This record gives sequence, C-alpha cells and structure tokens, in this order.
Amino acid sequence: MNIVEKILSRASGKSSVAPDDVVFADVDKVMMHDVSGPGVLKVFDKLKKQGIAVDKLFDPTKVWVAEDHFVPSADKLSAENIVKLSNFTKNYGIEKHFKYGMGQYGICHTLSHEQAMVMPGDVYVGGDSHTNTTGALGAFAVGLGHTDIAYVLLNGNIWFKVPETYYFKLNGKLPDHVMAKDLILKIIGEIGNDGGAYRTMQFGGSGIDDMSVESRLTLCNMTTEAGAKNGIVEPDQKVVDYLSAKGATNLNLVNGDSDAEYSKIFEFESSEMEPMIAKPFSPDNTCVVGEAPSVELDKSYIGSCTGAKYEDLEAAAKVLKGRKVKIRTEVLPAAISIYQRAMENGLLKIFLDAGVTVGPPTCGACCGAHMGVLAKDEICISTTNRNFPGRMGHVESQTYLSSPMVAAASAVTGKITDPRDLK
Amino acid sequence: MKGNIIKYARDNIDTDVIIPGQYLKVHDYAELATHAMEGLDPDFHSKVKEGDFILSGKNFGCGSSREHAPIALSHSGVKAILALSFARIFYRNSVDGAFLLPIEIDQDAYDGISEGDEIDIDVSKNEIKNITKNQTYKMKPFSEIIGKIIAAGGLFKYKPDQD
Repeated sequence: MNIVEKILSRASGKSSVAPDDVVFADVDKVMMHDVSGPGVLKVFDKLKKQGIAVDKLFDPTKVWVAEDHFVPSADKLSAENIVKLSNFTKNYGIEKHFKYGMGQYGICHTLSHEQAMVMPGDVYVGGDSHTNTTGALGAFAVGLGHTDIAYVLLNGNIWFKVPETYYFKLNGKLPDHVMAKDLILKIIGEIGNDGGAYRTMQFGGSGIDDMSVESRLTLCNMTTEAGAKNGIVEPDQKVVDYLSAKGATNLNLVNGDSDAEYSKIFEFESSEMEPMIAKPFSPDNTCVVGEAPSVELDKSYIGSCTGAKYEDLEAAAKVLKGRKVKIRTEVLPAAISIYQRAMENGLLKIFLDAGVTVGPPTCGACCGAHMGVLAKDEICISTTNRNFPGRMGHVESQTYLSSPMVAAASAVTGKITDPRDLK
Repeated sequence: MKGNIIKYARDNIDTDVIIPGQYLKVHDYAELATHAMEGLDPDFHSKVKEGDFILSGKNFGCGSSREHAPIALSHSGVKAILALSFARIFYRNSVDGAFLLPIEIDQDAYDGISEGDEIDIDVSKNEIKNITKNQTYKMKPFSEIIGKIIAAGGLFKYKPDQD
C-alpha cells in the first residue's frame, strides 16, 4: 500500500484498502475558521430542528479553530461571526482557538504547521479547500464543506473514497531564484486544473529530499488548484526535525510500502525549472516569466497560506533589500509567529524601507475579503493560489500568480519581472 | 424530476463566480441566493425559477470548499446541475448536504441540450429526457455511496451501519 492507503486502512480499521474502496475513517484532527465555523453552526441549527442531538462533540481536544478570513474584523457582519465562533468554542469546550489580538494567530493552514497542530499519519480534515497544505507533514489532509465538518464533529469519522495516487517524481534541487511555487505552477500548467481531480498528488524524489518543509507545504497547498483530494509527501528526518523544534513528541511516521502502487507517475526536472506565472483567469494558464505579457501592474500582494510563510518573506526580502517598490505592495505574514521572526531578523525593516505596507496575518485580499481588494481593471501580481474572475475583488480585475521572489521583483519594476533580471 | 435548463457553455465554473468571496461572511441562505452566479451572470437571480437545472461543461464548482456555493444555487431554486464533470468538494457538498443533484452527463447531452429546454431526469434509469427536443441521453450512474446518501436525503440521514 502507498502512504495514503496505509493511513486510511489504519483509520478505518481495515487490514488493507485499495483505490475506489469507500471507507469511514476515524478523524484525528478537525479544523474550522471564521467562515466554516459559523457555517457549521448553521448546520447544527438545521440538525436541531430535525431532532438530531448536537450538544456534544466527539472529542473537543481534537478540534482547533482559526480566525483568518475576515480578521481583524472587516465589518459588522464579520465581527458578529467572530463572536459566534468564540461562543461556539466556549460552549463546546474547544480550547485550541487562535484568536487575533491574543498572541499567536494566523491563517489556518499556516498554524497547522507553525503550531504543529497536525502530525504525520493523521487523518486531518478542515473546513477549507487548502487543507491539502498540511499533507506536506505526511498526513492525509483533506478539505471539506460545512455539512461534512459538522458530521465529523458529532461522529468522529467521515466517508472517503480511497483515491488513486498520482506520484510526482521531482529530480534535483531548484535553481537559485526559483521556488516551490514556480514548480507547482509548472505542474498545474501541465496537468490542468482538473488534472488531479479526486486523486492524491504525492511528491517524492531527490527534488523533495533537497526541499525544505515549507517549500513542500507550498507544493501540497496548490494541489487543490489541480482538483486533487489531497497532496502528500512521505515524512522524513526534515519533517521530524521541523515538528520536534515546535515541541512535537512521539511522532509516528507512516510511509508507503516498497511495493506501493501508483496509478500514474509523472517526472519533473526541478533542477531545470524557471520562474513561472499563472495568467488570468486560471491557475493552469501558466508560462515562464520570460514569456509574460508586458502589462502595467497596479499592485503586488505577498500574502496567504501559499505565499507568506517565513521562507516566502525571506525570499521577498532578499529581492527587496536596498530597493524601492514602484507599485502598491503589501506583505501580510501568514501568522504572528512569522511576523515576529520577520521583525527579529530585520525583514520588516527591509520591507518598510522599500515602501511596502506590512499588514496583519489574514486571508485578506487573497479571497477578495478585505485588506487591499482590487478595483475594476486593476492588475495584481500575487503570491496567492487562485486567479479566477473576481477572486481578489472586482470581477474585471486581473491577478497573475507568482512566487514571492517574482512578486517582489515585479513590485520593484511595475512589470512582471524575473528576479534574476533585476540590476 | 422535470425542470428547465439554464446553460453556461463553458468549463471550470468556479466557486468564486458561483458566490464571490466577499459573501463568505454571509450565512443567511436566502441572502446568499440573491448573489448566486453573480461573478458570471448578474442576471441569474432575476431569471432563475424554482425547479430549474443548470447545464455546464467540465470541472463545475472548482475552487474553494465553501458550502455557500451549492447553498446559493439550491436556495435560488436550482434542483440539479448537469455537467461533464464536477470538482470534488462541490460534488460532495451538494450530496452530503442534500442541496441539489450533481448529474454527470456525456458530450451528446451537453451538445444536445439548449438553454430553456425542458428536461426530465430519471435517476432510477440513469436517463435524461429532453422533452422540448424529444431526445434521450444517458447520465453517468451515481456511485454506490453517493446513490445511498442521495436516497437517504443527505449524509446525516444515511446510516452506514445498516449496510
């Protein structure tokens, strides 16, 4: 069995499972945020009216909650949602609630690794499509809707069809100025935005061995944009070191068997990658930066679970050091812990000296919520994950997706720019 | 189940156009319905009628896990989506929450059915009848688990232990 089959067979109490089997898997961790939490509460209200008991969760210690989409509260409605969320966690005894303005908080997918909320081998479900991110720690990490999360909260398990696995063998270390974001855009461009639909996208090979845990998180994050059920990397010593440094103990690493089967194997030469972008209006509409259209950018946005981890900010700072931005540029660290390290290591000074606005952790404009949404006809280069029409604001705005280094280089020139071309 | 078709002859209708991100903070189902398809078709709310079906291409509902998407469509009156394929979370949300039926169709049905056609979906026969044009097409049968959850009326009414 491969890693996903092994995790699902353990979680469903079966000696083995194979693709297309339907299992009810026990869930190890559940996550909600300020959009899915109130959504789940609506489902609870509906269930109550149907006479279904919703007064007790299966295990509040396995549930954790983030505030990320509309925080700090963007308006009255989002403020009310935060109050609802706080009452929810209080009433149900959920202690792991990361509240803004009270120390560590941030984007849910970032907290999943920054706070070591999810362990290798876990079945982890979250009320957000980019829950796939956390598969980089070796967990089966899957995004679900409100009804499914409500079901998990009350029953502790949920149905899955065991997915086929597409194995992506990545060869060699990424060149300088090329990031995991470039690689995943390249992959999505090749297989299309439903190229991984309903499947697991597993990453391995020397390109993964050489890659940091944070870069692997970027790869798994955007498996969602290929339609995948989940993304995963087999956990190695780097994952053990990463989680141990955050206080995790008794790690139980699950890996695939030596005769594990994959329904398809893809090979990518990561050592030959170049900086990439995805043009409007789809993450699979990709090209190398060298072939980017010559557009006048209005804005550069360095934020989100995809592109505002510490490593992402460090890469952007490397480009922006000693330079000035020519267009509006925002940096929104994805969690307070990252913000703090950025301060301690001088990154914030580099950003501010360059003229960048540094904002608080939030999903913000990535999903068109607040904190710099786009006007009609505005064009943005962004380290985020999607560029569908209206994704970051007005339906006639445009978003180009890129790595933090390309977004930073483009901020300096006002045009889509290869960081290697900056003088 | 009979209804009339609203056709969007394109692939990859994503959740950002089905219900734009700014409405994610809204959890009032009736209000969400007033913004359904706003990112693609601002006239949708005025033209959709109770019992209508949407017909579209590949990868319908791609993007986010927002249950707002099937909720907004279902509370607009849409009873089924007929598409060449569906993105997984949208499909799952539609079925588990019993909001609407996601019907996978083939190219013949996609090409043959036009805006406004009256359609009769017979899930028991995996058949789609085009009453307007007097044509019949096949629908892809639901997988066993999906069929059972739909028959039960959603995931909470489905009892896996009785299988």
